[in-house]
Amino acid sequence: MDFSDSPEEAAFRAKARDWLDATATRRNGSEKAQDHFMARDADEVARARDWQARKADAGWAGLTWPRAFGGRDATPIEQVIWNQEEGRYAVPPNVFLIGIGLVGPTVMIHGTEDQKTRFLPRALTGEDIWCQLFSEPAAGSDLAGIRTRARREDDEWVISGQKVWTSGAHYSTHGILLARTDPQVPKHKGMTMFLVDMSDPAIETRPIRQISGSSSFNEVFIDNLRVPDSARLGGVSEGWKVALTTLMNERFSISVGRASGGARAEELIELATRVERNGRPAIEDGEVRARIADFIARQRGLEFTSYRVMTSLSRGQAPGEEGSIGKLLLGKLRQEMGAFGMDLAGTSAGISAKAGDDMARWRNEYLTAPGNRIAGGSDEIQRTIIGERILGLPPEIRVDKDVAFSEL
Amino acid sequence: MNFGFSDEHDAIRDTLARMLSDHATLAVAHDCLEAADGFDSATWAALADGGWLGLAIAEDYGGAAMGAIELAIVAEEIGRSLAAIPFGPVLGLAIPAIQDLGTQSQRENLLPRIAEGRMIVTVALAEDGGSAPERVSAKVLQDRLSGRKSPVSFASDASFAIVAALDEGGTARLYLADLSDPSVSISALDAIDRTRPTSEIVFHDTPVELLPGSDPAAIRTLLDGAAVLAAFEQIGLAERALFLTRDYACERQAFGRQIGSFQAVKHRLADMFAKIELARSNAFFGAWALASGDERLSEAAAVARLAALDAVQFTTEESVQLHGGIGFTWAADPHLFLRRGWQLKAELGLADLWRERLLCNLADGQRAAN
Repeated sequence: MDFSDSPEEAAFRAKARDWLDATATRRNGSEKAQDHFMARDADEVARARDWQARKADAGWAGLTWPRAFGGRDATPIEQVIWNQEEGRYAVPPNVFLIGIGLVGPTVMIHGTEDQKTRFLPRALTGEDIWCQLFSEPAAGSDLAGIRTRARREDDEWVISGQKVWTSGAHYSTHGILLARTDPQVPKHKGMTMFLVDMSDPAIETRPIRQISGSSSFNEVFIDNLRVPDSARLGGVSEGWKVALTTLMNERFSISVGRASGGARAEELIELATRVERNGRPAIEDGEVRARIADFIARQRGLEFTSYRVMTSLSRGQAPGEEGSIGKLLLGKLRQEMGAFGMDLAGTSAGISAKAGDDMARWRNEYLTAPGNRIAGGSDEIQRTIIGERILGLPPEIRVDKDVAFSEL
Repeated sequence: MNFGFSDEHDAIRDTLARMLSDHATLAVAHDCLEAADGFDSATWAALADGGWLGLAIAEDYGGAAMGAIELAIVAEEIGRSLAAIPFGPVLGLAIPAIQDLGTQSQRENLLPRIAEGRMIVTVALAEDGGSAPERVSAKVLQDRLSGRKSPVSFASDASFAIVAALDEGGTARLYLADLSDPSVSISALDAIDRTRPTSEIVFHDTPVELLPGSDPAAIRTLLDGAAVLAAFEQIGLAERALFLTRDYACERQAFGRQIGSFQAVKHRLADMFAKIELARSNAFFGAWALASGDERLSEAAAVARLAALDAVQFTTEESVQLHGGIGFTWAADPHLFLRRGWQLKAELGLADLWRERLLCNLADGQRAAN
């Protein structure tokens, strides 16, 4: 067992570091890593595009894409190494994660030659920014329950419906959209995938404000959007198969090796040293000590779990069973740590944190964490996946499996 | 990045697992629970024959000179087997104590006999349930030990014990005591896991020999290493309890379905799995730190221990629960795991001890950095 790179990995890391050193500025110690994939404003989008173009020029964009599509044919572990290295520099958010990580690989597998030449190069260089129009108000965990309809009219499709939780839709140029094309068959069988232009006036995007107060995702209203049949990705009624390709890539593009950005459990030690509980420094309180030690043990566990995932990748294997627990455990840990930080800090954090107040951090942590527990497969869905796919437990009873969607 | 076991490691694991499944079945574990002395001497002898007891002993003393990673694999498989044998006391503590802290003649006298399975050397660190060296009150004056140690595992089967006691200057050291000396009295305790015979030992002016390398720091490091190996033992145990429960959930029918198809059951099994895998990640780091002699061993051992304690307690309690009424019976298997879990907890100290070690260690690290 060791943590060092193989010679090939070390060579790749050195090359990446050389280019980054020459091109970007290193973060200084106090500056936080760029850990989010959403731009806050138009200026950040512009800077992200500029950075992506420079990466693409030098061959550092779409690392794991095949060379035929302008990629580097890099291995997943090389992607991880790149993420680690890029994370050391002050770079704009990676708003291209969906385009390059999810949409690109889906187009490569299911797209026509025309779609590949039209969309892949522009996704790589950052000219196009993609969003994922999958979830709907009535279809989240049960994605196959979508109601957005696409009707065939001659050579066109007319799409109407509503999407929701669409990250980055407000600055995306394109969307990958799942729609129902045949309600007369069971729900998994009547869907078709489309590639749509977000600037079409038939699409309206409204930001959703999250409980933390910030807005990174949107609801998207589609009202009689007309697209040519050439916008269809994959066969008619084969949308579920196409969506599974996208979702599988979503799992792999999760950013192993990127700084997690969340609070470190050790920060609670520092906080507990500054605040009091029952008239003495909180750090001297037995319960406080116990909670913090347990948080540290859990957070280390997640960190070391990511090493195990990287080891699988490094050996050229798909991440094994270990990969499935990180998502399940991270959100809850952040939520509990946030709540504990607020408890520790007392009223100054829970009720009256002033902007910029260090203690406001715990409140923000607490109010952001629920997102980790819901997005990309809720805790409940993760448990079902672990139960069925890893432990081999009998599947859920699916009463709607063989019923026409229109009859549900 | 190579943070996992190799194919060679997997081969070692398979060989041992086969051997253990021949000898240490759950039926044997049930028998040991009923026996006056729960020690499974047949499995211990088979381990000696296979060279497993000397795995980490130097070649000069009849061992195979392998390292912490291989020991971790053995620990996990022994935990999984529920074998009623003194893996932790002997391989986790006594052997490294003698090998790393003892004299040449102690090594020559004891290690080959331990490796061959002809002698058990146990350890008596704890007093009244604690196992921190700073809580020791047994004393040695002019090479004679007096004090009360408990709990001590397998004392009734051991020839010698390595005992933590204060020297004349009040410093905790380790001493080798011959348990057949008339000044030693051993009385059995009613432990929760009777497959792990547990005693209180009273030493009264017992002649002892110092392990000269031992001091409080060395004892702490010894405990850290033992905690890492115990974490693997706990993970093996917890995983077996999980799979046992999983199998039951696939077999047992209620309301016209397998109970494992209900989310209330399925999701609890998923939580067991998640806790075990988290514990495994921490244990891996502990094994790495132990094998490489890294300075983060102390921190690694603490987080390995904390996660393993949590995983074992949750898994074994819920295993009883998900088996329903049958899980509450003596004849069923789940309580074997529950009992062993508690025993492994008691042997190296409760979570509180390790939480404090973790926090103090981090504070020390911070001071050193400033």
